[in-house]
Amino acid sequence: MQARFVRLSEQDRQPVMLTIDGAPVEALEGDVLLTVLMLNTGFARVSEFGDGRRAGFCMMGACQDCWVWTEDGGRLRACSTPVSEGLALRTSAPEGLWPIPA
Amino acid sequence: MADPRIIVVGAGPAGTRAVETLVAAGLRPTVIDEAPRSGGQIYRRQPANFTRSHEILYGAEAAKARALHETFDALAQYVDYRPETLAWAVKGGLVHIQKDLRVEALAYDALLIASGATDRLMPLPGWTFPGCYSLGAAQIALKAQGCAIGEKVVFLGTGPLLHLVAWQYLKAGNPPAAVLDTSSVAHNLQGLPLMMARPGQLLKGARFMAALQRAGVPVLRGVEPLAVLGSGETGVTGVDFRDANGQERQIDCNALGMGYHLRAESQLADLAGCAFAFDENVRQWLPDIDAMGRSSVANVYLAGDGVRILGADGAEAAGALAAHALLSDIGRPLPLEQTRRLQRQLARHARFARGIAKAFPWPWQQVASLPDATLVCRCEAVTAGELRGAVQAMHAPEVNRAKAFSRVGMGRCQGRFCGLASQEIVAAARNAPVSASGRLRGQAPVKPLPVAVTQDDAHG
Repeated sequence: MQARFVRLSEQDRQPVMLTIDGAPVEALEGDVLLTVLMLNTGFARVSEFGDGRRAGFCMMGACQDCWVWTEDGGRLRACSTPVSEGLALRTSAPEGLWPIPA
Repeated sequence: MADPRIIVVGAGPAGTRAVETLVAAGLRPTVIDEAPRSGGQIYRRQPANFTRSHEILYGAEAAKARALHETFDALAQYVDYRPETLAWAVKGGLVHIQKDLRVEALAYDALLIASGATDRLMPLPGWTFPGCYSLGAAQIALKAQGCAIGEKVVFLGTGPLLHLVAWQYLKAGNPPAAVLDTSSVAHNLQGLPLMMARPGQLLKGARFMAALQRAGVPVLRGVEPLAVLGSGETGVTGVDFRDANGQERQIDCNALGMGYHLRAESQLADLAGCAFAFDENVRQWLPDIDAMGRSSVANVYLAGDGVRILGADGAEAAGALAAHALLSDIGRPLPLEQTRRLQRQLARHARFARGIAKAFPWPWQQVASLPDATLVCRCEAVTAGELRGAVQAMHAPEVNRAKAFSRVGMGRCQGRFCGLASQEIVAAARNAPVSASGRLRGQAPVKPLPVAVTQDDAHG
């Protein structure tokens, strides 16, 4: 998989460090998670139905096709969640998640 | 008598003008908006630390965008403004809302819903591959994130947004690889007389097309999209289509923006019990409203693209008008001259919108004949063949039964992106008109809620 989004402007912003599937990634303050994913891994999640990877679709919180995981089992909608320092994202459910912790 | 409790859902063009009208009458409505900042989608604001001007972001619409943003910002102190808040149900005189992990139920005496629209989509084989986005998404990436969805983008579909977004990408220094429009010049000419209702708008559209052609961007008309090329693993590598001469062709790209004008976000109106009617012109079920924006439910008012797709200017007029209707219904005087002026504006926008529907028609015949293997429902991975099976083998008489049998539209997006296509496929499989195939009913919550939400008991 390849990065797909291309930054065209607004590049003079504070860097924010996070990880995607354990790999460190530098984002910029104000990026939403989907932007960071599409600038790096090129996808957001894997379809539950075996049709491959997904990368969101509407970017306005309507299609729900960009929900990602955090290392501790949380769920985030990537297109409407801004990046935050130290966030540990996963494109698939973390190991040993079930039962989901309270 | 205490001031009536008024709730406005949405802070886009319609919501902002509604709130402005209500505040001018001395009322203090509660304003529920999903976005972190007002503006809606078309005048969506960039994050606070971005620096581009309104002129760069909104082009010829910069003055309108600025006026709308400044209006809302000045009103915020007079209203109970709830940004980043989802209105997820309307039931029994309560609007149910959620912010982060808290839910609340707000009682209202009058409710004004200005919930906007999302892209109308025709599914295609491969449209779930990474790199495929709605036109709205392509525009949001650019405006709110300063990014292109890809270095080599094809824009596919029809409607005003197709040429606008393509032109915005060109202007931002990322010229599209191609623009593939399912409408033909003959369609455009059919819509022209009605579109003369707004000559300025018509001229803008023509300028976008001319600029794209001048820049050497291939703009093909009358195409039939066949498939997105690539795979679920590698993502988009191109698009396969038939050109106006019937020739099958492929164009390489690493991202695709697609859309066929808009569909109304009408779920909340549905949950509030508003009556709907089928609009032949746009082939969508839309809530009934009177000339002021009153729904069939006594204290529920509807405005903007969530009830009639008239665009941002029409939404501003409709928002103000619906607020005047609300005020008049609670015994405030109706400003007759202003009301008539707004209604005249709205009539012009409605005429233009009928022209748009003719000029850039929803290619429903193409939708109805999508190959069986096409994933129609992205959420539940339901194919066109499975949907046809629900009709032909299981005798589903309309889309809600077809949903029960096949799970089409049952997923997390609630049919926002497959519902209209499903109606066409079900209708064709029944050999019946689409108006006789029903519409997917709205369900609460209209968007997913976190399982950990808790009720805020402190608020009554």
